[in-house]
Amino acid sequence: MPLATKIAWSALGVLVAIAYGLSIGGVIRKVMARIQGRIGPPVWQPFIDLGKNLFMRSATHHGVMFILGPVFRAAGGIGLFLLIPVIVGDPRFENFAFSGDLLLAMYFLFFGSLGMALGAGEGGHPHSPIGIGRGLAQMSSFELPFGLAVVAIAAQAGSFSIAEIVASQQGGVLHWNLFANPFASVAAFLAFLGMNMYAPFNIVGAPQEIPVGPPTEYNSQFLSLMMAGRAIFAVAKMVLYMDLFLGGAHSIPEAFVKTFLIYFWSVFVGAVFPRFRTEQAIRFFLGWPTAAGIAGVLLVMFR
Amino acid sequence: MTDTKRTLPVLPPAPPEGATPHAPVDDACFLGERPDVPKLREALATIKNWFRANSLWVMAYGTGCGSIELRPLTTARFDMERFGMAMRPTPRQSNVLIISGYLATKSLKRVIRSYEQMPAPKWVVGLGSCTINGGMYWDSYNTINRLDLYLPVDVYIAGCMPRPEALLAGFSYLMERIKKGEANGWHHYLENLDWYKENQKKLITDWDMPDYNW
Repeated sequence: MPLATKIAWSALGVLVAIAYGLSIGGVIRKVMARIQGRIGPPVWQPFIDLGKNLFMRSATHHGVMFILGPVFRAAGGIGLFLLIPVIVGDPRFENFAFSGDLLLAMYFLFFGSLGMALGAGEGGHPHSPIGIGRGLAQMSSFELPFGLAVVAIAAQAGSFSIAEIVASQQGGVLHWNLFANPFASVAAFLAFLGMNMYAPFNIVGAPQEIPVGPPTEYNSQFLSLMMAGRAIFAVAKMVLYMDLFLGGAHSIPEAFVKTFLIYFWSVFVGAVFPRFRTEQAIRFFLGWPTAAGIAGVLLVMFR
Repeated sequence: MTDTKRTLPVLPPAPPEGATPHAPVDDACFLGERPDVPKLREALATIKNWFRANSLWVMAYGTGCGSIELRPLTTARFDMERFGMAMRPTPRQSNVLIISGYLATKSLKRVIRSYEQMPAPKWVVGLGSCTINGGMYWDSYNTINRLDLYLPVDVYIAGCMPRPEALLAGFSYLMERIKKGEANGWHHYLENLDWYKENQKKLITDWDMPDYNW
């Protein structure tokens, strides 16, 4: 496939991912509303919110880093998405995966949040650094079980290439890493709860305590860029988990079903649990999830 | 012995002529470009106003007892999220400021600050009779009597207290006015900034903030 065609397909993939991420956000709001006995907003509400923020007439910024914050976040999401093959064996949706991309993908998981931290820090609102401190502390703690799980999966497949990890899981449901290495999967899916920042790990943007955490000062067009970035970041994480643990996808409907299930694991947990404080969250991630991650590595070592 | 005879407060003069609170605002631009085709401009303004009306983010800030009637709006019984409305805890992301009931002169300073930090277009809803004529606090030494002398009010919701149903009716009226392009109080505020600032500074004697809070 010529490079120009590949770029065009990847760009289309990014647009679809943004739309999918926004729609999933709408479904989440609807699900949460139904759980609480409300009717809830229409499913397309995130699109309206994004458009509204785009059509604001005035925007306030606090400097170059403040403007670059949402840009970094969107770049992190798009970069992560472009590194991950979405559909197995379909060159149109394989994006720009290469050998060793898993390490870079893990870096990109952090990159957006670090950019946001710099940008929100320049906003100068005291609630922003509180949210950033909490977010980065939580991120460092869930990175440990996630890192162990990734090491276990990579050692099992003998490669850091996501495409090869997907290829090693073919041949039936029981070949998926979800069943081939259950310990690593437990560690990674518990880390996923922290990654998505729904309850019980949603103190980062706790609306009742620190208004909305890092994006307190963000408004208008900055906010709509941030919403788009968040949408594609969520989709990229789902696709990464699908490739690492659920054997990738062979068709677009399969990809939708699998990613939906992966994401709603964290939403349903979030719907029924109260909120952890930061130190409780850190203690949680360094406990059983980390133990499961170590067990996953040991399982690969002594197989 | 103090004089118990109550007199109505003396009101400042009406705002200068020329700009009425509901004068239409030219909003028909796309990516900074203003097309010359009138129908296109009309369509652009309609689309923008539709988006704005269907995604009202309300600032979660209560000045008086009326804010107790705002809380039920988020619950299962009234559920304002049906209309795309949500509470935002920061003025930077809010579009609607609700002055819920009496407004103390001390709060007025914070309200002005929050209002000016909100991105335009923004709307003010006066909730309860206290914002219209002072209500039961009309002769109080530390509350204001008429909100629209200090901030441009787009919709008043009368009552003491207005129930959540009345609030929802008020919000749907505000949405209609936004869709028609009539709710332009924020523009009136900018056009008559001197008049508003004069009124505000008459009450706030310890003015220790910039003239306009970006």
